[in-house]
Amino acid sequence: MDLQEYFSLVFTDYTLRTITLGTAILGAVTGMLGSFAVLRKQSLLGDAISHAALPGIAIAFLITGAKDSNILLLGALVSGLIGTFWIRGIIKKTHLKSDTALGLILSLFFGFGMLLLTFIQKQPNANQAGLDKYLFGQAATLVESDVWMMTIVTGFCLFILLLFWKEFKILLFDADYTKTLGFNTKFIDILITTFIVLAIVLGLQTVGVVLMSAMLLAPAAAARQWTNSLGRMVIIAAIFGALSGVFGTAVSASQNNLSTGPVIVIIASIFVLVSFVFSPSRGLLFKQIRFIKNRRDLQLHKTLSFMYNIAKTHENIAHPHAIKILNNFQGYTRGTLQKLVRKNYVSLDGNQWSLTQEGYKTAANLYNQQTQNDE
Amino acid sequence: MKQTIAVQVDDLTVAYNYKPVLWDIDLEIPEGVLMAIVGPNGAGKSTLIKSILGILKPIAGSVSIYGKPYDKQRSLVAYVPQKGSVDWDFPTTALDVVMMGTYGSLGWIKRPGQKEKKAALEALEKVGMLPFKNRQISQLSGGQQQRIFLARALVQNASIYFMDEPFQGVDATTEIAIINILKELRKAGKTVIVVHHDLQTVPEYFDWVTFLNVKKIATGPVKDIFNDDNLTKTYGINYKVSIQE
Repeated sequence: MDLQEYFSLVFTDYTLRTITLGTAILGAVTGMLGSFAVLRKQSLLGDAISHAALPGIAIAFLITGAKDSNILLLGALVSGLIGTFWIRGIIKKTHLKSDTALGLILSLFFGFGMLLLTFIQKQPNANQAGLDKYLFGQAATLVESDVWMMTIVTGFCLFILLLFWKEFKILLFDADYTKTLGFNTKFIDILITTFIVLAIVLGLQTVGVVLMSAMLLAPAAAARQWTNSLGRMVIIAAIFGALSGVFGTAVSASQNNLSTGPVIVIIASIFVLVSFVFSPSRGLLFKQIRFIKNRRDLQLHKTLSFMYNIAKTHENIAHPHAIKILNNFQGYTRGTLQKLVRKNYVSLDGNQWSLTQEGYKTAANLYNQQTQNDE
Repeated sequence: MKQTIAVQVDDLTVAYNYKPVLWDIDLEIPEGVLMAIVGPNGAGKSTLIKSILGILKPIAGSVSIYGKPYDKQRSLVAYVPQKGSVDWDFPTTALDVVMMGTYGSLGWIKRPGQKEKKAALEALEKVGMLPFKNRQISQLSGGQQQRIFLARALVQNASIYFMDEPFQGVDATTEIAIINILKELRKAGKTVIVVHHDLQTVPEYFDWVTFLNVKKIATGPVKDIFNDDNLTKTYGINYKVSIQE
């Protein structure tokens, strides 16, 4: 199946539709909530939480003996939340830095989870096969009920997000100040964190424990490049996330069933790459272009001011001077002279130049802060 | 004449670890003063403000605002945190930050409307930042960011203002603009409490001063207690400043 075939089948083929819808919704909700994680500088928290969820999956299976994805994800949710609150506890109660606490919990829980997984695999129970798909995810296992689950959780997230928008925003920007206004910052904080954990757990089946944090961070980091408004950032992140999900599924389905999770993550990373290079205000490309343009402008102005200093020694500012005097000035090129002529600052006459009235005035007021308008 | 006490602090003790940062602070701040809190680094100046505002939990002691616990008097108090305490690359505009000052009176869930926007624009005007209202906050200079913080507190229309080093890293123009606003607040009968570093300007800017170094050294009118004796007790060295007679 090639990409074209995929897109013609996606609306009619039940399995494809389910998987595509699932990954799109997942991408949207993780992108949305990932914006908060990124702005709180808690990017690594997502990584720790997803790894911390693994033992929960294993324990849920050991207790129930069934591979019902909802029950397994409930186990993941519980152990993810425990991991999260342990991290917060460690940071608060000890002098360890947050990266240490994150690393500690991440490896501890992941190690324990792997231990349990190998233990389960040694069991005679034939049902155990395939539990390790939670490591890297397998979108193909998504069924309609999973998609419904994702839709409900996403809808709920969206509702809470809109309801407490103002509170989330102010807490993200200035937590101490929020406290002085009388808001229960602990409540808002726990609300945000719980939703981040929820989004991560939702994605474990599709993208897996190891790569899940990329789903959280990549769309948000990309979205930040395109806007300076929190609302727009969240929306753009959701769109980027959803598109990553759709294209990831498309590529994976059309190319010999490449593993979906990694493909989605790679597509999301492409969004990041493109955003970092091509965003108009923050992107590297336009920054470089602006930088070069600025240098040119400065060179132009320097030349103009050099000419001004020569011209002002004469009574008549329009008095012509030889072009070759300019060769003494380092920043001078033929190009800058042409540009100054085009801007009507300078007029040429054979081998001689003279400042125009406008050029004289501009040069006199160059970089004069008091006369420049800030806006 | 007995003055009304705006802020009263009793036996306040705060510690991060074993060693106390503030030890047994008793402090009465009369209504309508413009007060500087001075002391060396690590003296607990910011901690004192944060404990009064309930951001930090003290080990012992109590705070009352106009005779009632702080929790019940929040609407009377506004806070200007240190400029460096937030990430200025946050995706929002100057106007939006100032609007945050209205969130407290709005309470949970309710969104700011036209009335709140009008109040925020007025505050921006007061600090001379109206032309920058739609500017992304990372594109403001340090002094402009400080003015935005001040405007956010002004929107709260409080009776008592706590400010943590509002003059830090701002140029002379902004410093004068800010002190003029503070003096205006005092003229309007508000109480303003400022963590301040520049001892030279204390007599010029403030009428009340508290010397702090873990313990409270002295508190009172600048003209009575801003002297070498108290400066030496606070800073530990013989600190000479010239005070205009």
